[in-house]
Amino acid sequence: MNVKYMFSLMAVVFLFLFSYLGAEVAGLKVLFGIIIPYVAILIFVAGFVSRMMDWAASAVPFAIPTTCGQQSSLPWIKQNRIDNPSTKTGVIIRMLLEILCFRSLFRNTKMKIHQGQKISYKLEIWLWVSALAFHWAFLVVLVRHLRFFTEPIPGFVKFLEFMDGFFKIEFVDSFMQIGLPGIFMSGLVLLAAVSFLLVRRIMVPQVKYISLAADFFPLFLIIGITVSGIYMRYVSKVDIVGIKELTMGLATLHPTIPEGISSVFFVHLFFVCSLLVYIPFSKLMHMGGIFLSPTRNMLANTRAFRHVNPWNYPVKTHTYEEYEDEFREKMIDAGLPVDKKE
Amino acid sequence: MNDKSKIIAGLVIFFIIFAFPIWYNMFKSKPAPELTLTEKAKAAKECVRSKEYMTKNHMQLLDVWRDKVVRHDTRVYVNTEGKEFKMSLSNTCLDCHSNKAEFCDKCHDYASVQPYCWDCHIDNPKEKNDGKQ
Repeated sequence: MNVKYMFSLMAVVFLFLFSYLGAEVAGLKVLFGIIIPYVAILIFVAGFVSRMMDWAASAVPFAIPTTCGQQSSLPWIKQNRIDNPSTKTGVIIRMLLEILCFRSLFRNTKMKIHQGQKISYKLEIWLWVSALAFHWAFLVVLVRHLRFFTEPIPGFVKFLEFMDGFFKIEFVDSFMQIGLPGIFMSGLVLLAAVSFLLVRRIMVPQVKYISLAADFFPLFLIIGITVSGIYMRYVSKVDIVGIKELTMGLATLHPTIPEGISSVFFVHLFFVCSLLVYIPFSKLMHMGGIFLSPTRNMLANTRAFRHVNPWNYPVKTHTYEEYEDEFREKMIDAGLPVDKKE
Repeated sequence: MNDKSKIIAGLVIFFIIFAFPIWYNMFKSKPAPELTLTEKAKAAKECVRSKEYMTKNHMQLLDVWRDKVVRHDTRVYVNTEGKEFKMSLSNTCLDCHSNKAEFCDKCHDYASVQPYCWDCHIDNPKEKNDGKQ
């Protein structure tokens, strides 16, 4: 038993019970289907902007790029233009690779001591693999959901759905039926990857030691979102047309609550709203923060150019020369040595 | 480096993308499509199962029907009320719902579902047959 993940799990279970009972027993569909989503979006936008502007107003006193290669130097020494960029193009390429491919996670190594003496470092790629799978699957799932928020549905959403359901996995037997509605890979990959990231935090002792409730909560919440979504699509089945009427109402600012929408949908929606509200106040702000990482986005030209903190206060100086100009006569009268004697 | 202007530009781009559903739909409300039932479907009153079940589960039902007919040579479906139906998309389903464009397609288009029924089956078997004969 670990207080940190049990606390997070209980928080998500509470969110589930709150929304399920609220929609099913109390019938507060207007609250969960209209008011909470709009409030959540407003909090998300305002919180996101305020966090980013807070960062924008922070000083950058030092040039602190991290480097993984040869710095630009003498002409006959080959520079590593991406890992030690001295040009803006190099920085942009490095940032793109970081944001799209998570290169710094790829560099993760694992240390082992063999026979009590020898140390070996091994590439540890599983965090990188599952992080990539998780983020990209999440993006695909998010874009796929545009089918509920657009009418007519744009071609790229349909194309993505086609690619996502490319392997028409089907299985029918007396006890179960899989394949209709068509299986989307992204949802299953997302669930598998987020589960792996959770198991990693619980099973690896070092990672467990540094994990806080704020690390477990978003994982449980995203698992909740994924499971409720998969449950609606493949198991319980919901009135998809009614749901699209609701979501289209939200997107076109003509909110409506159609009849006969399952309470599981309100749970799913409430989880998503919770995530939206949670983002600006948590580590999930890395979504915006990654663009502002000074170790990645600064030029590695510290030997060629002096970095001056633009936030430097214009300090009023009074040099010795000025001092002497001011007090020269008095100094000469007092017999003190001066640099310039008139 | 004072990058406030770049950060604001980035935020503006992010929120323009984030607000895609709002500006794409231009605030025009798009209610769910109204289904048109044929006279025959209206007269029958109920499908092989309840309306609620059919709305949510018709695709699974059809999948099981196909499996039973093609793999197990079972052709009779007995519903929860004990009524018997022939398991056939062309002869049972399309017999009443002969208006694919006003019945099947309306919801499928609205929800972006591309069923592959029509890869093999023709829309309106009776009409086509009549034409040939």
